[in-house]
Amino acid sequence: MTHSRREFLIGCGSLIVSFRAGVLSAQDRGPFGTHLSHIDPEKLDSWLAVHSDGIITAYAGKCDFGQGIFTAQSQLIAEELCVPIGRVKLIQCDTSVTPDQGTTSGSQSTPTNFNSENLALAAATAREALLSLAGKKLGEPVEQLTLADGVIIGKMGRRVRYEELIGNQHFNLPLSATARRRSAADWTVLGKPIPSLDRTALMTGQFEFVHHVRVAGMLHGRVVRLPGMGATVAHVDEQSVGNVRGLVKVVVRKDFVGVVAETQYGAALAARQLAVQWNPGPELPPQRKFFDYLQKQPARDLLSVDSGDIDAQLAAGSSVIRARYTYPYQMHGSVGASCAVADVKPEGATVWSATQSAYPTRSIVAKLLDMPPDKVRVIYVRGSGCYGLNGADAASFDAAILSQAVGRPVRLQFSRQDEMMWENLGSACVVEHRAALAQDGRIVAWDREDWVASLGNRPGYDQPGNVITGMLLGYEPEPIEPRSAKPPAGELRNQSNTVPSYFAGCVGGSCDGGGTIRSERALTHTVRSPFFTGPLRSPLRIQNTFANECFMDELCAQAKSDPVDFRLQHLENSRVIGVLRAAAKAAGWQARSLARAADIPRAHTVSGRGIACVAYEGDNGYAALVAEVDVDLETGSVRPKRFVIALDCGPISNPDGLRNQTEGGILQGMSRALVEEVTWDEKRVTSADWETYNTLYLDYEMPAIETVFVTPPNVPATGAGETAITVTPASIGNAIFDATGARLRDLPFTPARVKAALLDRAHRDEKAQV
Amino acid sequence: MSEITLNVNGKQHALAVDPETPLLFVLSDELGLRGPRFGCGMAQCGACTVIMRGQVVRSCVMPLKAVGQNEVTTLEGLGTPEKPHPIQQAFIDEGAAQCGFCLSGVILTAKAVLDVKPDASDQEIRDALGGVLCRCFAHTRMLRAIRKYAEARGA
Repeated sequence: MTHSRREFLIGCGSLIVSFRAGVLSAQDRGPFGTHLSHIDPEKLDSWLAVHSDGIITAYAGKCDFGQGIFTAQSQLIAEELCVPIGRVKLIQCDTSVTPDQGTTSGSQSTPTNFNSENLALAAATAREALLSLAGKKLGEPVEQLTLADGVIIGKMGRRVRYEELIGNQHFNLPLSATARRRSAADWTVLGKPIPSLDRTALMTGQFEFVHHVRVAGMLHGRVVRLPGMGATVAHVDEQSVGNVRGLVKVVVRKDFVGVVAETQYGAALAARQLAVQWNPGPELPPQRKFFDYLQKQPARDLLSVDSGDIDAQLAAGSSVIRARYTYPYQMHGSVGASCAVADVKPEGATVWSATQSAYPTRSIVAKLLDMPPDKVRVIYVRGSGCYGLNGADAASFDAAILSQAVGRPVRLQFSRQDEMMWENLGSACVVEHRAALAQDGRIVAWDREDWVASLGNRPGYDQPGNVITGMLLGYEPEPIEPRSAKPPAGELRNQSNTVPSYFAGCVGGSCDGGGTIRSERALTHTVRSPFFTGPLRSPLRIQNTFANECFMDELCAQAKSDPVDFRLQHLENSRVIGVLRAAAKAAGWQARSLARAADIPRAHTVSGRGIACVAYEGDNGYAALVAEVDVDLETGSVRPKRFVIALDCGPISNPDGLRNQTEGGILQGMSRALVEEVTWDEKRVTSADWETYNTLYLDYEMPAIETVFVTPPNVPATGAGETAITVTPASIGNAIFDATGARLRDLPFTPARVKAALLDRAHRDEKAQV
Repeated sequence: MSEITLNVNGKQHALAVDPETPLLFVLSDELGLRGPRFGCGMAQCGACTVIMRGQVVRSCVMPLKAVGQNEVTTLEGLGTPEKPHPIQQAFIDEGAAQCGFCLSGVILTAKAVLDVKPDASDQEIRDALGGVLCRCFAHTRMLRAIRKYAEARGA
């Protein structure tokens, strides 16, 4: 693959896709809640083209960063058009040729492109259009025609190939709202475990990551970040790098500082050596008291549900249980430090970026360079797995600024510290629960309140200040205006899984929560974070589900009920019930009403099992997970031994890809539950590399994982990449309780915390005996 | 700057590069190789791994001058897409990756330990992988692929 980028574009369909740059105003809103681009998603030609050699090029606005969507989207096109997958060429996220589908995130790619709209609808429209053309050409009614391998065959055996009908020509058709998807029962490519298309190139070292993009005349850049949040540049001593060989320029723009050199080594040396005097920022709140701090800050409040009777019901309940859960800041922590390449010329700019948001990145780059968006082209090239908003966006902005400053293409490579000290962290949260049980053990009222630390986010189309680069250039992050909550209105919104699955979820006269608890309240306080935050895989869903599902287990223990039975008693959502039953069955779950710990208190290592379930984002995927763990009572070490998960995400595009995502999600969730936590001192983030930020390396003895898919008939496809991770911390916490009788309410479950919880439990037992 | 000769994947390269330059930058920028990648620059993650004298080396912290006449093997030096090395084939068969950024560390480290000790136990293989990081957590598939390769190799 040594062709230039330009040849690549020409070879892949610029002949066919129309360019109408600049026709639409960048302020208009498109169908994805995005700005309209020059590529009209209502037109078939924007999504798909048939070439004269029979190759089908598809243009998708959802990109693959390791989650398998490249293969799945290729399967979708092959399936709908009845061609072998090898004849599909997929172009993903290039603002000059693909439709604007916003950001590839939030487990939205599958619901967006695999149901009855967008890419799926385009493919179905194309198939019907080809059949119609063939009918005319062969002089036969469409109903008599069959398709196979890119050939349409008439009743009399006459054949016509797609490329003979429309090779290298536009369809000139709108997407047809009535175009029918091929029935899942007939699928031969979609729904099958097709080996991921990138694997041979990956395993043999041939795959092109953004780190490998090379442009003629390219220089190398590094950034020099501030020593702590809020610091500003006082003075930059350019003399300090005067001796660096091949240094091209020191670039300073407000508080943005970077260096550009002929070689990567030169840039790295210069960045390390450059003497910058900074005016310090304010002190950070102390980490050990951070959650108390968080709960005292001014907040923007939101009520997701409020039945209005919660205090009265809690007062009337036979017993009231309270608990407070905390979840730390965690990192995306990509293995590869982020990288981007930019080529900024006065007439236009090109950025090769691993961003999940090609079009939004285009708008932000345009803003930072003071160029119209249609003069900027963003080409997605895979980076290191990101799991959300890692450094890819900031690196892309940095590369563009450096390239503009030197007038040559620049490859920007972050250092490990640039990546880990300045990424948008997963939010720290506190959740406080209060619930009342009736005499019969059923939950009659549940009140939950959470505090979320938030600053910045994805930059979107117009918020550069949401990530570090924008802030350094003087842009503010989107504001959090403190305000009290209004009563919930409209319909239940549970995108962050604030509302537990057991709530009736009654809003505006409709109860869509999926549970039985009718005295309910869920109040969220969003507080300004001292660090940037952003969507880390299962954003807020994992935090909330950890707190909700562990507390549900506490209520279950109080009611002396079995954790599966107790959940079923409070559930009405058939899909959550479905996965819960399936996981329990597959795991060989045996009902018992007391923690196993009660039976074997004296052993050195004790075992237990726990369960947790979720309706991801309320209705975007369903999972139940059984964890089996060993706990070493002397060291406090927790060892997960086995996970059994049941997953319902509707029709599955690629079972092997889904298994891969599910296994990785559980293990990543296990790492986050057991060891991951951002640390800081009074000035800065101190977990700045792999010595200081804990994660599980490949030497960790991994548990066995069993995956069961539950697929009800006639349901749409949902997201699946974030469901498994969402339930993992809670399932482990509940298994630790089962094993030891000790409840862990603070993540991660470090040995020290486990030992403290064991001691706490022992004290309670002693008191109970006295 | 004097010229330095570097042996990589069976080919000799004459390079005019600062001898202090980390080997990784030379492999990436001068030779255009894609196997070894910049992960941390601190020998903490393994993404830049290459093999030298049968040992795994973190090329991000090894200056070019320390390589001498030693043959350097990168991930692309093992096999090609048309003819992958058996350990690469095992990873292909198992689909043992997600983003794939870490693969040089995983595949080359496993190969190196099995070259020295073909009957290495699972524990010994894991111990060898102690400094190798995969943040997608494709661990289960990776260890299955390595086990499969080890068994086929021993047979």
